[in-house]
Parts: sequence; structure tokens; C-alpha cells
Amino acid sequence: MTTTATTTATIGATTIELTDDGFFVDPSVWTEDMVTELARREGIEPVTDGHWNVIRFMRKEYVEKGAGPSVRALGKTSGFSVKELYQLFPKGPAKIAARVAGIPKPRGCI
Amino acid sequence: MADTIDKISIIVSKGSLDGIYPGLIMANGARAEGIETNLFFTFFGLDAIHLKRHEHIKLATVGNPGLHMATWAGGLPGVSSMMTHYMEHKMGSLDIPPIPEFVEMISDTGAGLYACKASVDLFGLEKNDFIAQLDDIITVGEFYEMAAGGQIIFT
Repeated sequence: MTTTATTTATIGATTIELTDDGFFVDPSVWTEDMVTELARREGIEPVTDGHWNVIRFMRKEYVEKGAGPSVRALGKTSGFSVKELYQLFPKGPAKIAARVAGIPKPRGCI
Repeated sequence: MADTIDKISIIVSKGSLDGIYPGLIMANGARAEGIETNLFFTFFGLDAIHLKRHEHIKLATVGNPGLHMATWAGGLPGVSSMMTHYMEHKMGSLDIPPIPEFVEMISDTGAGLYACKASVDLFGLEKNDFIAQLDDIITVGEFYEMAAGGQIIFT
């Protein structure tokens, strides 16, 4: 599904374009120094090493495979269990980490 | 931003493979979206969390027109097992976990797992007949209290 409706957000000195459900329209504009502010917008404060590991993993998967993993795949490959992932991102690990990592929403059903 | 769903309660009432998976997939998917989720197992749906049965859930091959198979053929010995194995194989290749692992994973997402007291009494079961992840055995009244303010899905 392609969404055309977008919104903008100001992160530091940069204005970025987001889809109407909060994902980066252009993942290439994302930089690591946006993470603290993006995470804060999702209610995550402070950003711990655990969050960073998941965010960097999501980013790497996206760069290598063209899509971020769903929660099940994340639980099997990120080094964090599903339980730990939900402790880090109670509002949905794959979805929230994808927003903070500046990548599109993962589309897996499991 | 469009309207959102904040909370759901999913009732699993059937004990077949095709009766159990849809509720589990919807529950897991709801948690992935950050939706508060409770699963309520009733009648034969209890098999999904029953220690002696949850590894032996079968696809219904009799009275299941969706399979496009003659009813008499679905009843032949071994057909249900064979079709179940075939389905499990297909699901495995899509990384859909087996039912026991899937239920455990859903519990790990923070979803609540509850058994229906009337059904538990009907089948003469007790808490220790069920998986450790079961949060509680509750009455229908308690279920409605828990589901208040959210949506209810019956499967």
C-alpha cells in the first residue's frame, strides 16, 4: 500500500517528511544523531544500549534486505528475545524501532 | 491520523488448526501494533493451551468445504494427520510458529491468556492441565470486565 498523505517533523535543525503513520518517506535522510529526538517522540527516554542495538539492527536489515524485520524475525535474529523486545518497545518493537531507525514499516504478519 | 484501536479481546472457541491460528495471528499482530490484547480460550479452543493437546491440534478434514475434498475422503484414516502435516510444513516455510511456540510468544509480547471457567469445569480440567503462561481461569463476567473499553473478536 502506498500512502500519499505526509506530514513533516523538525528533528534538530532538519525538517523531515513522514508518512501519516509516522515513518520516514525517505530513509536516506536519517542520521544517528536524530535517534534521541525520534525516540523521545515515541515515549522512549532515555535511549539505552538495548534500544540502540535494536535500532542499528533494524537499520542494517533494511539497508541489506530492503525491508525491516517483523517482531518474530527480530526475536530470532537480533539477539533479543520477544519478551526483551517488548520491554524495550512496549508499543510494538518492529513498528516503533522502524520509526526511530527511519525505515519503512515492516510488513510481516507474524 | 485516522482512528485507532487501543484494546482488543480475542475469543478462541474452536479446537481445530484452522480454528485456532486466526485468533493467534490476530493477537500477535495486535501486540505488534502496540494494541493491548487479551486472549480468551473457551470450549474446544482450550486445546490451544492444554498441555496434553496443544501439540496435537489437527486440521478439520470432515465438514470443511474449504478443502474441496469429498466428505467421505476427509474421514478416511490418516487423512486429517496427512493434511495437518502438509499445512504445518507450509506454515513452517512462512515462519509461522507451531501452536505451542506461538502461544508462548504471544504471552511474551505481554498479551493476557485466559481460560473460560465454564468450559474448564465442563471438561473437568484444572489450572495445572494448562501451560504455565496461562494467566488465569475466569468467568464470563470477569471477561467482560476485562474487555471493557475495547473491541471483542470471536473466532
